[in-house]
This record gives sequence, C-alpha cells and structure tokens, in this order.
Amino acid sequence: MKNVKIIIDNKDLVVPEGTTILEAAKKVNINIPHLCYHPDQAIKANCRLCVVEVAGSKKLTPACSSFVFEGMEIRTNTKKVRDMQTGVLELILANHDQNCLQCLRNGTCELQDLCRRFNISKTNLEDTVEALPLDDTNPSLVRDSSKCVKCNRCVEACQKTQEVHVLTHSHRSVHYNITPAYEMPLEDTLCVFCGQCAAVCPTGAIVEKDETQKVWDAIYDPRKHVIVQVAPAVRVALGDSFNLPKGDIVTGKMVAALRRLGIEQVFDTNFTADLTILEEANELIKRITEGGTLPLITSCSPGWVNFIEGRYDHLLDHLSTCKSPQQMFGSLSKTYYADLIGLDPKDIFTVSIMPCTAKKYEAQRPEFEKDGVRDVDVALTTRELARMIQASGIEFTDLEEDQFDNPFGIGTGAGAIFGASGGVTEAALRTAYEVITGKGLPNLNFLQVRGLEGIKEATIDLDGLELKVAVAQGLSNAKVLLKQIQNGTSPYAFIEIMGCPGGCIGGGGQPIKSTLEVKAKRMKALYKIDADLPLRKSHKNPDIIKLYDEYLGAPLGEKSHELLHTHYHSRNKKYDFSSLKK
Amino acid sequence: MSSVNATTFEVLNKELAAKIDTIITNNANNSTKLVGILLEVQAIVPKQYLPLEIAAYISQKMNIPLSRIYDVISFYAALSDVPRADCVIQLCDSVVCKVTGNTVLKESLQELLGIKVNEITADGKYALEPTACFGACDIAPAIRVNGRVFGHLTSKEKVKKVLDNYK
Repeated sequence: MKNVKIIIDNKDLVVPEGTTILEAAKKVNINIPHLCYHPDQAIKANCRLCVVEVAGSKKLTPACSSFVFEGMEIRTNTKKVRDMQTGVLELILANHDQNCLQCLRNGTCELQDLCRRFNISKTNLEDTVEALPLDDTNPSLVRDSSKCVKCNRCVEACQKTQEVHVLTHSHRSVHYNITPAYEMPLEDTLCVFCGQCAAVCPTGAIVEKDETQKVWDAIYDPRKHVIVQVAPAVRVALGDSFNLPKGDIVTGKMVAALRRLGIEQVFDTNFTADLTILEEANELIKRITEGGTLPLITSCSPGWVNFIEGRYDHLLDHLSTCKSPQQMFGSLSKTYYADLIGLDPKDIFTVSIMPCTAKKYEAQRPEFEKDGVRDVDVALTTRELARMIQASGIEFTDLEEDQFDNPFGIGTGAGAIFGASGGVTEAALRTAYEVITGKGLPNLNFLQVRGLEGIKEATIDLDGLELKVAVAQGLSNAKVLLKQIQNGTSPYAFIEIMGCPGGCIGGGGQPIKSTLEVKAKRMKALYKIDADLPLRKSHKNPDIIKLYDEYLGAPLGEKSHELLHTHYHSRNKKYDFSSLKK
Repeated sequence: MSSVNATTFEVLNKELAAKIDTIITNNANNSTKLVGILLEVQAIVPKQYLPLEIAAYISQKMNIPLSRIYDVISFYAALSDVPRADCVIQLCDSVVCKVTGNTVLKESLQELLGIKVNEITADGKYALEPTACFGACDIAPAIRVNGRVFGHLTSKEKVKKVLDNYK
C-alpha cells in the first residue's frame, strides 16, 4: 500500500493511504476526542467531537471519517477546534442526566472523561433532559435514555454485530431516540440479553443490572453459607479493572479477593465446564451412533440459547440438552454439595461470577429452581465483581495468590478454554476422540478452531470416522450456520455457537473497552492456562471421575438427566398470526 | 420472562390481514417499497395509524425487522404510530398556501372543529395536522382530507361545506 506524508500538530508522519486522521493521530500519541467512534465498528461521524483543522479547508473536518492525503496538514488543538469541541460537549451535557455519583459508569464513562479533560463544569445552557421511561424490568440490562448520547454504537452492536435487530434509532430532531420498536421494554422484544450494547456504550445509558447488594446481604446474613463459582473468562479480564496489563491471568488474586469479601467457599466453573464436556461429548457420540438429530449444537451460551428460542425455535432439537456450566454448578451446589456438607439447600447461597449479562437471565429462568430454591441465587458480571472488590478497599494488585476450594476446585485445561470461541469444541474433541477410539490423543491442540475468525471449521479423523465440526462466534455468524441446517446443507456433526464475538472473553459483562485487540490477548491467556496445566482433558479430571463414581453414576445416566440436563421452549412470540389465515 | 402468545388483536382481523396481504403482494413484497406499503396500510386501518400489531404483522410477512419498520414509521411525519382520527385533515403550511392567505382557512378549521393544529377532537373523529406542500398550489389555499384535496378555501363558508362531507 502507498504511504503518504502528513503533518499533525507540527509533527511529520508517514502513514499508509486509507488511514483516517483519528487513527493517524493515535500513532503520534494524540487522542482526538470522540464518542461515537469505536475501533471495532463502522464510521458513524455523528457526535462531531473529533473535528480538526485541515490546512486549505475553511470548515472543520471530522477526524474519524476523513482519510489522510499526501501533504495534509492537520491541527488538532487550535482555538477554533477547542471552542467547537467544548460547545458540543456542553450541548450533550445539557441533555444528559448529570448525576454521575449514582451512575454505574462513574469512572469508566467516556463522556465524563471528556468533560474532565475539557474542564467543563456547569454550563450556561438550560438543562432539558427529556427521556423515555427507565427500562429495568428484565433480569439483565438497564436502559436509561437520560444518559444516552445517541452515538449509535449500541445500534450497530445489536443490528450488525449480532443481527438481533432489537435496538434502533427512531424519530427525528429533538425527538430522536435509541429504543426498541414502539419503545417496548427489552423484555417484550426478542432481545437476547447478550449485553454487547452495554459493552460499547460510552456512558451509563445501557448497563448491567447491578445485583451486588444481594450478594453483600447474603454475606452479612449469618444463616447463609455463601459460595461462589467463577467462569473461565473472568480470570483473564478482571485485571483490566485494576489497571493491570490486558490479558493478565489473575486467578490466584481473584480467589484471594473473593475470600476477603467474605465468601465461604470459592469454586471454579472450569470444574462444571469439564462436567459439561463429559455429558456433551457422550451426547454427541450417542446421537452419532444412534442416529439422533445432527448437527448437535452447544448450549452453554445463554445469549445464544435466547436467540435460537426466539428466532429459530424449529431447530431446537439440535440444541444439546446439557445445562450450561453455570447451571450444572447451581444444581450440584444445592444437591451433591448440600449433602456433602450437611446443609439445607435453602441455607446455601450460590453466586456465580460471569463475563455475561445473559447469565443473569439464565439464572432466573423458572426451570432452574427446585422446591422454591434457586439453583443459582445471583449471577454477577465481571464488572460487578470488580466493583465489590473496589468497594471493600482491597488492594487487588498486591494480593497474595490463593487457590480454589474442593470439591469443585479442579478444572482441566479443557475447562479453561471454554472462555474462548472454539474452546468448547476443542475440549469436546479431546474427550470424544478418546472415548470413541479408546486410544490416547496424539496431539491435544486443535488449532483450526482457535482464533477470532467469525466461523471456523475442522475435520477430525476419529479412527476412520470423519467428523466435521464448525464454530461460530457472535450471532450474525451463527445465523449463517443455522441457515445451512434449515436448507439441509449443513455438513457438520457438531457446531459450537457463542453468542458474543470472541466467545465469553468478549462477553457483555466484561470490563469496559473490550476491543478486538484486548479480546485477542485474553484468548492467548486462556490457551496459556490450558498449556500450563498438567490435566488437559475433561475426562481425566480426578474430581469429575469421583463425582460420577460417588454420585452421578454414568454420563447421560438417570441422575445426570435429572440434575444436568434441561429442555428449551419457544420464547417471546408476542403475536401469533396463525388465526388470521383464511 | 414473558412468553405471551397473544392471538387476540385490537384492530387486526382476518379481513384487514387479507387487505394488507394484497397491498404487500401488489408491491411485490419489495422491501424498498416499505414507505409506500406503510402509507397504503395506514389508510385502511381504523383511526389511520400503524399500531404495534400491524407493524409486527408486516414485519413477519415481509421479513423485515420490526425495529426497522418502527424506525421508518417514526421518521416520516406522514406515518403515525399513535391513533389519529376517522377523518384526518391536513393543512398545507408551505409557501404558496401561506401567501394566498391560509390564515382564514386555518382559523375556520380550528373554530369549526374546536381544536388547534396538531390536536384530535375528543370523540376521535377529526384530526388537524400541518403538512408540507402536496402540490395543489394552483388551487391554494388547500387542505387534504383522508387523501382527497380541496382548494380555493378562502372563507369559513367554503370550509364548512367541505367538512359537511365528513360528518
């Protein structure tokens, strides 16, 4: 590609043709202010904050949507530019709920950062915050339009990244808004609660439903035995909230912090991830040998489950009946574990720490309850855990490393990689190969299914039996594979689908600013955890073997069926038009 | 966690659904003709608007996301997501009507209907809306009532005569 010479704020620079001014400025450490620009999204150019002066042009130029040309002279810091940026910020602020102290994004808000940077306090403008009613009736997300800056990032996440098409822009001019159709609450729409909208929102207009208080209350309640499980993707992302390098593995510190918070037993969801593999690999083998519905599709991503239940309910037979690792842990915690320590299930309070907002919805599904006792009492996101640690005054970075508790403390490498797209497939293949062939797997690494590509596929030779598998991340990619099944052209026996781009490491509950670059680092960290572990196959997990020996019997057995499997149903059909047919 | 299967509708019925089907078929189920389709459908819905159930029906028939249909409905002033009236009176507020003196026309309408522009009568019978030029400058000042244009409305008597058609 051709390079062009440009000058930004008196600094000479050579950048490839096709670079935007905003990207070029980043290379010389100039951060041009912006709200709608997002490195992983299309150019929108609607916030008008990134304007700069270009020599030869009388008008100010938006840096996010203008490409450099040979000899371009750019100034990012003139009076004209700053006056414009200050003016735009003041206008946004006049239409924004300024109660920052009570906002979940206090400290991670891009608008707040810019106001601090431009030293904007009270303006002369009259505040007129006309907002739609607060939308907080669903278990996962809260939308507060009084904090919306109309940047359209969430609309792109919902419509393009996920192709869920729930959020849209509506009306014009002063009535312009971001909303689902007819201003419906999310619960009445086909929202899957993946939280990708919340992950890209620059402000507090879309946030996770904060449930930290419920956990504090349980911790302070002497009658409650509070236990926690932590999902694989949390340990490579939590460090972000404490300014550690992206992709740092903080497993030990995280366990230590949870214990300091007053959690009695800290367990690892990697353990039930291994358990999921035992059940799912056997389900796959059974479907192949007994002629069941194929391809078998994974069911651990609750955003994905919501999606298929809402839009492709005629394909529900393809979905694995396995509960997700979170819910397997939940039901074991109120049965096996309760028996083990001799407590009434009512007195056990099970918390899960998840990278995901849809996990909150999953935890509250009516089917995951027995005799009035919830399997999982509260599902917190990574962000909420970070807030609890910050609230308790723990110096996270200086914590001494600690270890998970037994009997759910051992997770293999196969469980760890559940957090990355392709991980479930790789873990399932490691077990399926050895169970089907009865031989040891020569190479544990299935590199074809790793990485950030939207759809990955691989063909595995299981001792003469050829197995085609596919992996999709993000729901727009999932649609491609579903359409193949619909048309009868799907060549696969097994499909893994993760609702979020990158898998759980890019989940909607992860620390803010999970860009593709950050996701790649988290992914690398999970494969490092896997490679460093002595146990890398789920069926070799000694505690899993023990669990089957002592309690469950065999995979897909009666007890497993009762505790570890579930059923699905068509979701949220607002209208049934069949009665209108002649 | 709602899982409602509503089969009863407020305005949608077999007859209306069949008419909507015809409109969509006549437009070759072409998503680029959505605005025209919505205008045609709106005209046959009682109170001349596009409620959620109708938008959801069109969304399913044409395989267009409901959110996009709402985006279009809310964008255009000619489309409404809230009930209008049996009789929608559109008063041109563009230049030619103004210079030919539509003040009398406007005041007569307000007086005869007992409502102001952008209001609906209490019985839901009449709505008075401003609109951009609809091309009747030759007979300005003009109004459009349920799609039909009336011109030369220079006195209260003339306005009354038009309204008498819509009692």
